[in-house]
Amino acid sequence: MDQALPPTRWTIFLDTFFKASVIDQYLPSILKGIVVTLEVAALVVICGILLGLTLALVRAYRIRAVNILIVILVDMLRALPPLVIILVVYFGLPNVGIALSNFAVLWLILTLVLAAFAEEIFWAGITATPKGQWEAARSTGLGFTQTLLFVVMPQALRITIPPLTNRTIAITKNTALGTVIGVPEILNQATTATSFAGNATPLMMGAVAYMVIFIPVVTFGRWLETRFAWRRA
Amino acid sequence: MLLIHADARRGLPAARPLLLAQVDTALTPDTPILDVRGLTKRFGSTEVLKGIDLKVRPQELVFVIGPSGSGKSTFLRCCNRLEEPTDGSIRVAGVELLAHKVDINAMRRRIGMVFQSFNLYPHMTARGNVMLALRKVLKMPKEQARAEADAALDRVGLADRAGHHPSALSGGQQQRVAIARALALKPELMLFDEPTSALDPELVGSVLGGMRDLKADGMTMLVVSHEMRFAQEAADRVVFMDGGVIVEEGPPSAIFGAPKHERTRAFLSRVLN
Ligand SMILES: Nc1ncnc2c1ncn2[C@@H]1O[C@H](COP(=O)(O)OP(=O)(O)OP(=O)(O)O)[C@@H](O)[C@H]1O
Ligand SMILES: [Mg+2]
Repeated sequence: MDQALPPTRWTIFLDTFFKASVIDQYLPSILKGIVVTLEVAALVVICGILLGLTLALVRAYRIRAVNILIVILVDMLRALPPLVIILVVYFGLPNVGIALSNFAVLWLILTLVLAAFAEEIFWAGITATPKGQWEAARSTGLGFTQTLLFVVMPQALRITIPPLTNRTIAITKNTALGTVIGVPEILNQATTATSFAGNATPLMMGAVAYMVIFIPVVTFGRWLETRFAWRRA
Repeated sequence: MLLIHADARRGLPAARPLLLAQVDTALTPDTPILDVRGLTKRFGSTEVLKGIDLKVRPQELVFVIGPSGSGKSTFLRCCNRLEEPTDGSIRVAGVELLAHKVDINAMRRRIGMVFQSFNLYPHMTARGNVMLALRKVLKMPKEQARAEADAALDRVGLADRAGHHPSALSGGQQQRVAIARALALKPELMLFDEPTSALDPELVGSVLGGMRDLKADGMTMLVVSHEMRFAQEAADRVVFMDGGVIVEEGPPSAIFGAPKHERTRAFLSRVLN
């Protein structure tokens, strides 16, 4: 291409979002961001789903006081925007002597929010299991807990997978909120690099990084759905 | 402490021993397997069972008939406490089911139940359905449970379907798996709540055939059903329920041939035509 020609819209676009020198310079920090995002995301997914499952199982025992507590906690966590909770906890709690690291706050809040949604999804799965399943199992002498674990939960989990996958992806993407409290995840690295470089290329690199992480997750979710879709009697 | 090993008596693999204190009456060959006295059940303010008395003796097949809403299902479900009775006494093989200290799970595995809607576990194969309680309730080793499950499925003519999921079985086959699931626990009493009502007519015969075989093998059965022909042929006694009470009971020839009560006659003329 002739250097003397004036820049076209296309070359300006390429220069803004895909500048090779900027890519070279900031690739290491974006990669570091990917590692941090993956770490937080993995911890949030594992802890959030396990906690949500535990809460739903506890709720199945229908102990009144316990269930009221669970419902209040879950509804609050579902109603509040995660960003608000993150800011309140990160900037508020140190005033009462509880100072958590930014990484810990991001992990804790997203875990609690995912747990709240997961609990509701698991609970819906438990209550959707026909009463006859409970009765059949109990009539063979299985106890409540055995019935819950071996008969009801496997069926509940199957219908739980699609909504749970969607919700998990949505909440895991909220790791980007870590940028407001300085967690060096993908978005944080990308915005920092963008302001240093005076060029939007790092933001585009961040977007690509999110796709690289989440497209396999979305695909895995779809595979899970088909894997668990046995036909009903 | 004095212990009676309930399973030793039945030649079964060892399971939970039964406290002597639970056995309220001496067990003799004539002890009714099921002895219900003064059973009442209220849902809120509506009294659905208004004092039921019934004995089912060993190897007897007792048939319960009656109009819709008369309390037949409720009565049956009280017999293994799927429904909590309001008052009365229910003894199974001499053990008071409504006693405070009774181990209801230990008793339930001695009382098989078959439901109108089969209620098979959809996530398990036929064999898995039968094995679950063998493994988790009787604590059988896997290989033994598998052998027992296959034997039970063979008894209902489904040896070749052991690996199928319920969704791959016909209604009649599903119901026979459900019978095998109860049967595998070697119960002393089997309860059937309209076992053929959800089946296409051409599949009813296979389930009734399975029940006939059970009867021939000496199983004690309490059956709620609208299969009047089966009642006439296979039942030792027929019980007519209406409005939460037993109106009349007797051998099938008497109930169907010469019912004493007007309500029985009215019901039979309705269902037999
Ligand atoms: N869980 C419940 N709560 C309130 N009422 C109930 C409940 N279960 C049953 N009933 C009522 O108890 C009465 C007897 O019901 P049940 O199911 O025992 O009758 P059934 O003789 O089995 O009738 P069908 O032939 O239609 O099965 C009915 O009027 C029913 O509405
Ligand atoms: Mg009924």
